[in-house]
Amino acid sequence: MPPARGMKFAKPQNTKKTIGRLLGYIGKYKFLLLIVLACLLLSSAVSILSSSFLSYYLDGYVLPNLNKEWAEVLGIIAPPLIFMGVFFVCGALSNYASTMILAVISKNTLKKIRDDMFAHMQTLPISYFDKHTHGELMSRYTNDVDTVREVMSGTLPQLMSSTFNIVGALGSMIMLSWQLTIVILVLTFGIMFLLSAIMKRSGKNFRRQQKALGDVNGYIEEMIEGQRVVKVFCHESSVKKRFGELNDELCDAACAANTYANILMPIMGNVSHIIYAIIAIAGSCLILRGNALMGTAALMSFLLLIRQFYNPITMVTQQMNALLSGLAGAERIFNMMDEKSEVDDGYVELVNAIIDENGNITETKKKTNLWAWKHPHGDGTVTYTKLEGKVELEDVTFGYVPEKVILKDLSLYAKPGQKIAFVGSTGAGKTTITNLINRFYEIQSGKIRYDGINITKIKKDDLRRSLGTVLQDTHLFTGTVMENVRYGRLEATDEEVIEACKIANADSFIRHLPDGYNTMLTADGANLSQGQRQLLSIARAAVADPPVLVLDEATSSIDTRTERLIEKGMDKLMDGRTVFVIAHRLSTVRNSNAIMVLEKGEIIERGDHDQLIDQKGRYYELYTGMFELS
Amino acid sequence: MVGKLLPCIGKYKKYAILAPLMMIIEVTMEVLIPIVMANIINEGILKEDLNYCITWGLIMIAMSAFSLFGGAMCGKFTAIAGTGFAKGVRKKLFDKIQDFSFYNVDKYSTASLVTRLTTDVTNTQNAFMTIIRSFVRSPGMFVFATVMAIRINGPMSLIFAVAIPILLFSLVFLFTKAHPRFKEMLTRYDALNSDVQENLTAIRTVKSFVREEYEIEKFNECTENVRQTQFKAEKIMALNSPIMQLCMYGCMLAIYFFGARFMVIDGMKEGDILSFMTYVTQILMSLMMMAFSSIQIVISRASVARIVEVLDEKIDIDDTNADENLIPCDGSIVFDKIKFSYAKNSDNLLFDDLSLKIDSGQTVGIIGGTGSAKSSLVQLIPRLYDVCGGSVSVGGHDVREYKLKNLRDNVAMVLQKNVLFSGTIMENLRWGNENATEEEVVEAAKAAQAHDFIMSFPDGYNTDLGQGGVNVSGGQKQRLCIARALLKNPKIIILDDSTSAVDTATDAKIRSAFREKLSDITTIIIAQRISSIQDADKIIVLDDGKIDGVGTHEELLATNAIYQEVYFSQNKDKEVTA
Repeated sequence: MPPARGMKFAKPQNTKKTIGRLLGYIGKYKFLLLIVLACLLLSSAVSILSSSFLSYYLDGYVLPNLNKEWAEVLGIIAPPLIFMGVFFVCGALSNYASTMILAVISKNTLKKIRDDMFAHMQTLPISYFDKHTHGELMSRYTNDVDTVREVMSGTLPQLMSSTFNIVGALGSMIMLSWQLTIVILVLTFGIMFLLSAIMKRSGKNFRRQQKALGDVNGYIEEMIEGQRVVKVFCHESSVKKRFGELNDELCDAACAANTYANILMPIMGNVSHIIYAIIAIAGSCLILRGNALMGTAALMSFLLLIRQFYNPITMVTQQMNALLSGLAGAERIFNMMDEKSEVDDGYVELVNAIIDENGNITETKKKTNLWAWKHPHGDGTVTYTKLEGKVELEDVTFGYVPEKVILKDLSLYAKPGQKIAFVGSTGAGKTTITNLINRFYEIQSGKIRYDGINITKIKKDDLRRSLGTVLQDTHLFTGTVMENVRYGRLEATDEEVIEACKIANADSFIRHLPDGYNTMLTADGANLSQGQRQLLSIARAAVADPPVLVLDEATSSIDTRTERLIEKGMDKLMDGRTVFVIAHRLSTVRNSNAIMVLEKGEIIERGDHDQLIDQKGRYYELYTGMFELS
Repeated sequence: MVGKLLPCIGKYKKYAILAPLMMIIEVTMEVLIPIVMANIINEGILKEDLNYCITWGLIMIAMSAFSLFGGAMCGKFTAIAGTGFAKGVRKKLFDKIQDFSFYNVDKYSTASLVTRLTTDVTNTQNAFMTIIRSFVRSPGMFVFATVMAIRINGPMSLIFAVAIPILLFSLVFLFTKAHPRFKEMLTRYDALNSDVQENLTAIRTVKSFVREEYEIEKFNECTENVRQTQFKAEKIMALNSPIMQLCMYGCMLAIYFFGARFMVIDGMKEGDILSFMTYVTQILMSLMMMAFSSIQIVISRASVARIVEVLDEKIDIDDTNADENLIPCDGSIVFDKIKFSYAKNSDNLLFDDLSLKIDSGQTVGIIGGTGSAKSSLVQLIPRLYDVCGGSVSVGGHDVREYKLKNLRDNVAMVLQKNVLFSGTIMENLRWGNENATEEEVVEAAKAAQAHDFIMSFPDGYNTDLGQGGVNVSGGQKQRLCIARALLKNPKIIILDDSTSAVDTATDAKIRSAFREKLSDITTIIIAQRISSIQDADKIIVLDDGKIDGVGTHEELLATNAIYQEVYFSQNKDKEVTA
């Protein structure tokens, strides 16, 4: 597993709730868990018995018969040895069984957690992704799931069997000599103080190490990412210097954290030796002075049990850090799962429709090229409205953060089949409008209507399905070119995909790729140029064949010569659809039915090209700006 | 291979030597203590000699304390040596990457370099600590314990002769079986991670095409693959502990049996059986430790190899023989019959015998379609890449004659894919010149038309930019990058498509500021828009690595076919670009 990168080490905040939810995940394996428990119990019993067995064996079978012939002794010791042998095999088998069952449970549970987390993530609003960096969300899937895995397959069974071992060893010790057991318990109590002091320091240093590691890794990522800029500015030496400082701090912190981790074992091991010596002395006192309170063989067994008693205690202390960071990881996972999903209380659905000669619209399961909004009403009746692509914004006010308004009382109206363009400088709110039509964000006030229906009443999926969006940044997925274009409409045939690529003028470059349409794209299509990616993105929208198209700087990275080549295709694509266009190049928007000039979230001018030129306003300035300058 | 990394330990070397020495103390004590235990039982308890028990009990406590000291010191020294070693490796690696030329950077992906600096270094550190600790401890323990066991009872030690090969054989078998399965699992893990990564970057695409269900299905497939391969790998490793236990229990049974026999026939003592048992545990444990350490070393070998690969990378741009005092005297640039190829082979030349002369103080526009090698051409000026043939001269001297710092301080370049760093706007701008006064910074920002929007932020120049400059828009970022480059006060400034996200009006303002304030600086502008370059002194039309035409806007418009075509595509019906 890749070790933690930039992991935030924090103490869990709400341990009880987190444990409860984790238990909820493994709860359905109750029966299997019981078996695991039984198996762990059995293997602990075997390992404890193996220590106590020595005294019973020597006292009961060997020592009384020392004067007999070997052949005779052989007969006496055979039964207990065979019994133990069977017992040992059982112990090993139950160990194996518990490991296997736990592997099944933990792997299934982890899959379930990952799946649930991903499924929930898909329902989160875009604003959630704006607020969290990718690295942060990624670490939910990597670091945090890893710490939970660690707890489930390592810490949990070890804690259980350690508990059994401690209890079992304690029981056996009491049976052998309660007096010595009291001595042990008193000593252990003292050791616990020592341990908790070490643990406290170790935990503190561990957190310091995680922080330093996060700093170093963050710096590494940023500087490697900006490597070329560093070189162009000859900043190598100052970057090296800063890295050296961070690296020194990491070294110090890691050294302190590792020291505490490293000395835990020798301390526990040797403390158990010291206790061994104390018990040996105290035990011999009991034997020699104490009116035969215990036998020598019993003392020997007792001494063996000391290790059985202290090893699991060491284990538990070692696992405490893993347990804590596992719980913290689980808590972060659950926090993400508790994030509120996108609001979707829409009930208007998009359905395939047939229109008869009287103009009545009826619903059909068949794929027609006609769509209608199915609008159920409170009184049980259902009306159908033909999907046309009429979009209205009425007094819309919106800001990504409520205090910072981006759009102020904005109203606009797009008739079906119209091409509406947005022009304006960066940050004027062009992209924001398209984000709102898609309902990526919720508006603060005002209304957005689609074919006369308030979009909050429309099911989100159906709303978005009716809108084809070509975004400013093209994102491609691992898979073939064919699969990537088909993303627009999953049931599209190969022919339809190729047809769409021809419209977008992508066909010729795709055919030049090593495997044509079957070329694998990896790492977000890194092997394609920005312009080629945009062509694929347009093809994707063409395959989707939606009634409304949103083109957000869809051709910005395509050089003007190529743009002219795809012009025909674009015209064909836009024909008969309502289209929203955002573009820097005025040539792209000139033939729009309406052009909106945006400034600071407000429409300052609107009209078609000729009207705006006549107005001699901002558009006119933009339009003629070049001539003034040249 | 490992030898290459060892010098990285530097001043921590003494700790790397002290740690095993301390470990020897601990191991010696740990092996001797069972004898003392046996003696206490045989001589003290069995012979009912209380004084003996007390004396040897105290000796044992002293020995344990000594052992504790050794162990704790070893732990401390190991931590110092291990983290010190990691620090050295990390530093050396990072410095090496800083020295990389663009050619070297192209070879490795960003992600792979980051992994090498983080995961691979951590793996190496862990392996190093394991070596220091267990490769003294385990063999030492093994040898000591075996000797002791033989001393107690030679014939009975033959039990080990049977047990050890069985254990070793099964461990080797398990690990060889498990290794490919773990590798398979890691591949599946990578697939899962990249699926999440893709979904994070493309969340808008997913949502606008309503592909949530589809993505969830795809992801579930990934997790299922991880689950299966993980289980397959762990299925094998689950055998590990039972096998170990069986060996252990087998040995115990054998000791019970033979112990009884030796007690009956040869009068072996009870205490000896107890110590013998302790040695069995020690021997088998040390074997396990050795096996696990070997695994860790095998795993880390891949990491070490990846680190050494970077350290061995030959840096192709070298300025060690350059004259320290040579500084470009003006901003003139001459390309003389250059040949160039990224692949460094002459079969597929990007430029073949290209020549071009730019006078100091000129403004030069470069235009051409995607893939016409515009960026490649200008990257040769600050010597980001070296030519394969011919020469590039700046200020009258071949670029290879300058120290890189002297050259690049005088050739400012605003890259197409530009980055801002975390820190305030002021800090970012000062990258250009650390000693720039506030007035100088403001002046540069004004020239780049960045001052107004910077002042619109509540914190002005002290606004904190997140990693990668996430708080500013694309156009704002480009203007900040231009200001940063201007602060260098260079003789040549190159803008590689640096105003693509800036609107035309602002773009024009930037150019007029350049003309007024920086008239003596040679300015090279690469652009898609004709409007960005049409007032340049000289425009170069590049097509497929060749100069298709050179001249002013009017000249080219009259004579050059490509230029005409680009112009009319942008100005159809006298249209303007915005």
